[in-house]
Formats: sequence, C-alpha cells, structure tokens
Amino acid sequence: MRRHLRRIIQSLSALLLNGYWYFPVSRTIYQGRLKSICSPGLNCHSCPAATTACPLGAIQNFMAGIRASLEAARYHFGFYVLGWLGIIGGLVGRMPCGWICPFGLIQDLLFKIPGRKIRIPYIFSYGPYIFLALTIFILPVWVVDAFGYGFLWFCKFICPAGTLEAGLPLLILQPTLRTMVGHLFYIKVAVLFFFVAWSVLASRPFCRTVCPLGAFYSFFNRASLFQLKYHPEKCTHCELCYRDCPVDIKFYESSNDRRCIRCLVCLRESCAFGAISWEMGGLEGQSSRPKTSPVNSQ
Amino acid sequence: MRKRPFIIIGVFLFLCLIGTVNGEVKSVLQKAVSICLDCMGIG
Repeated sequence: MRRHLRRIIQSLSALLLNGYWYFPVSRTIYQGRLKSICSPGLNCHSCPAATTACPLGAIQNFMAGIRASLEAARYHFGFYVLGWLGIIGGLVGRMPCGWICPFGLIQDLLFKIPGRKIRIPYIFSYGPYIFLALTIFILPVWVVDAFGYGFLWFCKFICPAGTLEAGLPLLILQPTLRTMVGHLFYIKVAVLFFFVAWSVLASRPFCRTVCPLGAFYSFFNRASLFQLKYHPEKCTHCELCYRDCPVDIKFYESSNDRRCIRCLVCLRESCAFGAISWEMGGLEGQSSRPKTSPVNSQ
Repeated sequence: MRKRPFIIIGVFLFLCLIGTVNGEVKSVLQKAVSICLDCMGIG
C-alpha cells in the first residue's frame, strides 16, 4: 500500500480531473461550472471527460486576447490562473507533476514497459523554460491576426496531451469534426507518438524537455512551503536515490532541485540511511527509514 | 520559520483575487466549456 500510494493518488486524480463519464451518451464535453477551476496538472479541457480547465490553455487564451482586452478596457491579464498556479507552487513546488498530473501518470506507466532504457542529457532540462516563454507568453501576445487575437501556440502545434485526450476521442465521438482534419492534426499525432515512444525508453521525457507547466512550478521548488531536507551526516553516497529518481537528480548534490517533481521516491523507497526528510512550514516530517547505519554498511 | 513561502503565497493569492474580481473566472469558464479546435490540432 505504502509503495503504491503515489500510483493510487495519481490514478484517483486522473479520474477526478476526468470525471465526466456521461460523455459517451452526450457525445460532447462537460460544460458545468467546475470548469472555471484550473487543473493543477496538464489536462486538456477539451477532453470529453475533463471536469476542469487546462491552466496552460487558460493562460494562452488570456495572452492571445490581451490586445483585445486592453482595447475593450477589460484588463484581463490572466492573474486568476497565474495566481492559482503560484499558490500551488508556493505550497508544494512541482509536487503536482509527481502526484496529480494525468499526463505524468501516462508517461510513468509507459516507462514501466520492459526494455532498454536511456537517460536524457541535462541540457534538455532548459527546454521547458524556452517553451514556457515562447509558446505561452511571447508568441500568443506578439503574433496576432487581423482582429488583434493571437494563437494558442502550445496547444495548436505541440501539446500531445491535447491530441491524446481531446483530438482522438472527439474525432471518434463527433464524425463531423473528421472533415476538418488536415496536415496540422497529423503533425500533432506524430508529436504524440514521438513522446509515447520516448516515454518507453526514458523516464518522463515530456515533463523534462517540454512541459511549460512544470517549468512554471519549478521556480518555486527552492522557495515553497514544502521542502525536502538533506542530512549529509547520514548520507553514504550510495546513489540509490539517483538510480531510482525519475528525473535523474543526485539528491545529495542538489536537494530541491528545479527539476525535482517531488514524487518522494528517494525519501519513501530509495534511501536506507535516513538521509532525506521533509519539512512543511517549520513542521518536521518523516525521514527516509534507516535500515542500516552508514557505519555498518561500509 | 522561513518567511519567503508565506510571502510568495500571499502575493499569488492577491493576484488570484484581483483576477477573480476582474471577471477572469467567467472568461476561463467560457473558453473551457467550448471545444478547442486548436487543442485538437484541427483549428
């Protein structure tokens, strides 16, 4: 149970964030008031079962409409969504990536498929910041149509979660949409298959190389209320934390690293020496369970 | 106890409230309840 706790919470989150199970009958998406709340993880709001809004889609919509908003004196800058994500980040940093995000769960499950595994070079970890800056903020504001509206660059050209959760199911549910399929859709399907294949070979490639939401949360990892603590006096540098880490972090070199998704595998499963513990708002939490002392193990 | 997390949470809570008062919640709802063709790759 303890070992599977994260998988259970991930699965429950995926079910709750996609809890509109009436869609096979209604053949359309959920349209209730819950959709005014943004999901903490990446979950397309055009998924027929989605019960909440996608935070990245919402921010892009605000950025794309910012010129029109100013002209209409409405001043919608997306503060509601940015504030909501900032509150989550300030509380727990990137923890939603490890425990809530449905697309993270899909990647975790794909990585379970046995076979040869590869590591992702460190340089790719800067990718999410480039995608966050360009596709979420700069391009939607900068490149506009004749009416002053921008495009949802990330959703339109990249997001594999949108293709998987919205594109493919809606094409099955609504045959009229099939007539609108063009080259762009096939490119997005290719992007999806690329990340599916990469997820079998490497752990969480989308989160580590592209995801702008993870990039946003990562700014809070070192400053959030929830912190992981390193106890160097107990650490043997056995590298079990590095071996088990889904994002290849050596905890003893960089605790609360910006790449850390707070899955807590290092704390709960890897470290046998009690070298890792957590703390929230001054309250000390459980440390990794010491099984043998560092002295005995040498 | 560290003060920084509480300051960060307070600032973003304030931002969230400004957005809410400014009617952004309704705007999020309006976009999220209609099918996003861009998200599907056919927009």
